[in-house]
Amino acid sequence: MKYVDEFRDPALVGAVAHEIARAADPQRHYRIMEVCGGHTHAIYRHGLKDVLPPNIELVHGPGCPVCVLPMGRVDDGLSIVDNSDVIMTAFGDMMRVPGTKGTPLEYKARGADVRMVYSPLDALRIAQANPSRHVYFFAIGFETTAPSTALTLMRAKALGVRNFSVFCNHVTIVPAIRAILDSPDMRLDGFVGPGHVSTVIGCRPYEFIAHNYRKPVVVSGFEPLDILESVLMILHQLAAGESKVENQYRRIVPWEGNLPALKAMTEVFELRPYFEWRGLGFISQSALRLSTAYASFDSEVQFEVPGVRVTDPKAAQCGEVLKGVLKPVQCKLFGKECNPEHPIGALMVSSEGACAAYYRYVHHGEPVSA
Amino acid sequence: MCLAIPGQIVAFDAQQPMLAKVDVAGVKRNINIALLEDQEVALGDWVLIHVGFAMSKIGEAEAVEQLRMLRALGEDELAMEEVRGYTFAPEGASVRAGLG
Repeated sequence: MKYVDEFRDPALVGAVAHEIARAADPQRHYRIMEVCGGHTHAIYRHGLKDVLPPNIELVHGPGCPVCVLPMGRVDDGLSIVDNSDVIMTAFGDMMRVPGTKGTPLEYKARGADVRMVYSPLDALRIAQANPSRHVYFFAIGFETTAPSTALTLMRAKALGVRNFSVFCNHVTIVPAIRAILDSPDMRLDGFVGPGHVSTVIGCRPYEFIAHNYRKPVVVSGFEPLDILESVLMILHQLAAGESKVENQYRRIVPWEGNLPALKAMTEVFELRPYFEWRGLGFISQSALRLSTAYASFDSEVQFEVPGVRVTDPKAAQCGEVLKGVLKPVQCKLFGKECNPEHPIGALMVSSEGACAAYYRYVHHGEPVSA
Repeated sequence: MCLAIPGQIVAFDAQQPMLAKVDVAGVKRNINIALLEDQEVALGDWVLIHVGFAMSKIGEAEAVEQLRMLRALGEDELAMEEVRGYTFAPEGASVRAGLG
């Protein structure tokens, strides 16, 4: 328990760990997926694996927005900045994600006008400050960030801003979970549900997992104690032969979600018939695009986007890691060709990517022996 | 991008009800509070901020805990950098620019 001194209440953590050990059937191997990349980061950061009995395996899920974005979409998004008088804006997480011809930062170094923003509203402000140029926002994220993009577009429309658009890559978490549940190589016993996504969508959208797939789901906070408590709640359900959706993060997550956020999303977005996810392939109705009412703000309508598909470097096994089939260290490139300084796959870029977190907190940047 | 940053509401803007000024560990910035439109938001309330938008109201103890959590995860500097980086509604200029 390397990081135990940082826990808010080490005694309580110890007590919950003890409860987990008691609740777990020693004859059984448990595979529990934490869907959210924030949880993945916290699990590695706090060394929670060391607190859990060896027969409880935490499997990392697809909840890292830059990790699931296929390289073809990165290329598509970057192709827009090749037009003259265009400014690309994006969150910092996006800036080091490699496309075929480099990362957004490398485009910037080669002279493209690429700017990092901390809020989509900042991107809109840049558009207002540069009326003679077109400004687009390379939008990524699950339901946590989609409402902010929606409200920004509503604002742009209300203000009559004409030189602003969004290259929309917002994805929705539920179809990805369903794809994982339907995947033949995936055997899971339960889910630690995402915390911040659930502040927006609430807990109800997970009910199909409990009802149709008979797997427990516990929406969880991000503290070590939250995550351990959620694991314990899952074990209790499994021991009782139950499968239901529970909300461990009640202090933040309302069961029904955030209604103004859902309303804004409904106003601005519509579901894409399908969308490609890195590692998971094409998943139907798993991503958002701008509705026809917002077509004039849609980068894909305003610009020719090539719609390229790029296969990941063969040796990189991002897909398998993303689905939880492989551990980061089991990828052939992990810590060798692919490291945080020179990421080949997006999972090594984002701090929420399983590979970056594993490299930093478990592997400690040591060379990987062949 | 996925950071949730706790901040305390210290001022409102009568002309722009969608904005509120928050204090995040001493740094003050305007943020958008439209996602809380169906809740009562008062001075002194704590909120979780995500890319410039208040996502939910939280208790003070929870806010303190979230700040501690950011430190424990080594993300506190990133969070402060993000808050300092919100430029969409600078004080004073925001009303003239008609931003919100």
